Amino acid sequence: MASTQGFSLSARSSNENVAAKIELKAPPYPLDALEPHMSRKTLEFHWGKHHRSYVDNLNKQIVGTELHGKTLEAIIVNTYNKGDLHPSFNNAAQVWNHDFFWESMKPGGGGVPNGELLELIKRDFGSFEEFEKEFKTAAATQFGSGWAWLVYKAQDNKLLVIKTPNAVNPLVLDYYPLLTVDVWEHAYYLDFQNRRPDYLSVFMENLVSWEAVSSRLQLAKAQAAQT
Amino acid sequence: MSKISRGANFNSGNSRSVQTLSLPDLPYDYGALEPAISGEIMRLHHQKHHQAYVTNYNKALEQLDSAISKADASAVVKLQSTIKFNGGGHINHSIFWKNLAPVNEGGGDPPKGSLSNAIEKQFGSLEVLVQKINSEGAALQGSGWVWLALDKEFKRLLVETTANQDPIVTKGSALVPLLGVDVWEHAYYLQYKNVKPDYLKNIWKVMNWNYATQVYEKECI
Repeated sequence: MASTQGFSLSARSSNENVAAKIELKAPPYPLDALEPHMSRKTLEFHWGKHHRSYVDNLNKQIVGTELHGKTLEAIIVNTYNKGDLHPSFNNAAQVWNHDFFWESMKPGGGGVPNGELLELIKRDFGSFEEFEKEFKTAAATQFGSGWAWLVYKAQDNKLLVIKTPNAVNPLVLDYYPLLTVDVWEHAYYLDFQNRRPDYLSVFMENLVSWEAVSSRLQLAKAQAAQT
Repeated sequence: MSKISRGANFNSGNSRSVQTLSLPDLPYDYGALEPAISGEIMRLHHQKHHQAYVTNYNKALEQLDSAISKADASAVVKLQSTIKFNGGGHINHSIFWKNLAPVNEGGGDPPKGSLSNAIEKQFGSLEVLVQKINSEGAALQGSGWVWLALDKEFKRLLVETTANQDPIVTKGSALVPLLGVDVWEHAYYLQYKNVKPDYLKNIWKVMNWNYATQVYEKECI
């Protein structure tokens, strides 16, 4: 940009690539805050290495392409390409998935939600216990790498549990995501080794941020009402 | 033969019973592949992961047998994915334990004879082949395997990947696996963490080219 105003506002904006870069967001708590349920060591690798690599590799893949400068959500939908995945889909979706995962947890989390979220869970699953069983089963039976989700399906005004392989997420399936658990082995192997069901129990009992899930539900319903 | 209803004790009675599988023994101690692959990983990989594939495959076979005898086509079809996952897991890992060997039993020794010639002819050198396998393994997203396979119809070697526990035949019915490299995270995470390329570099120190050569020569007679 040739204008002096552009240059004086920020030295960084002299390189237009910098403004369009996807950034690595930190979890909303220190890396040791989820101990002993999810170790600091796991967060150091899972966020510090895996999540960071998805961000760095995505930025390398999109620079100089038409995706450069788009929002992360737009890149995800574009590269999903109705199931005929472009090479950068995995990185883009995994960046988003991990942001969403960190924000799905909190120190002192777990337990049972309240308010409208609990009422809808009871309505659509029968009881909280039945929802929890369905969610844990989906997560335990996602073969290979992937994720399990609680989602809101606007067309039916209904809550559902789904599971997805590798990097696929509800954004490309036309659902509003409300909660997720990462079942790639790197998410639990340091703390639980092969014992994925134990990891899932600890996640439900101690880590889920029902506040985050509730506010996502409110946002989803508001957005659905506008369309 | 009288129809016998199958209860929990399906092996009792005089009807045909399902032939179930068992976990094959490892041909070496858990620590024998160190330092390339840790004893901790080998123990978990064999006793927990491979065992789970065997257990779940046997369970699925019982359910399949029951569904077949009830002529329940819907149940038969529904069982296909768990049979593929777990049966494939058993097949693939049974090969994997054989295509690795301790250093003092030939692990890491380069191939010789006709397989070595075929590699030179097709890839230029062993180094080029290993590079190709490693880069395909590194690029694989999610869980899966990278294979050196023989197309026995065309007598050609190829490098191929499979997702999850799909056996190599899912990529071509004429394909015979010579070497498999497990790139599921459980195969390396405790030791190499996120640095999959280091695992891929080191596994060649315990690769059992003798096994690959035997399979190759048998198919190429």
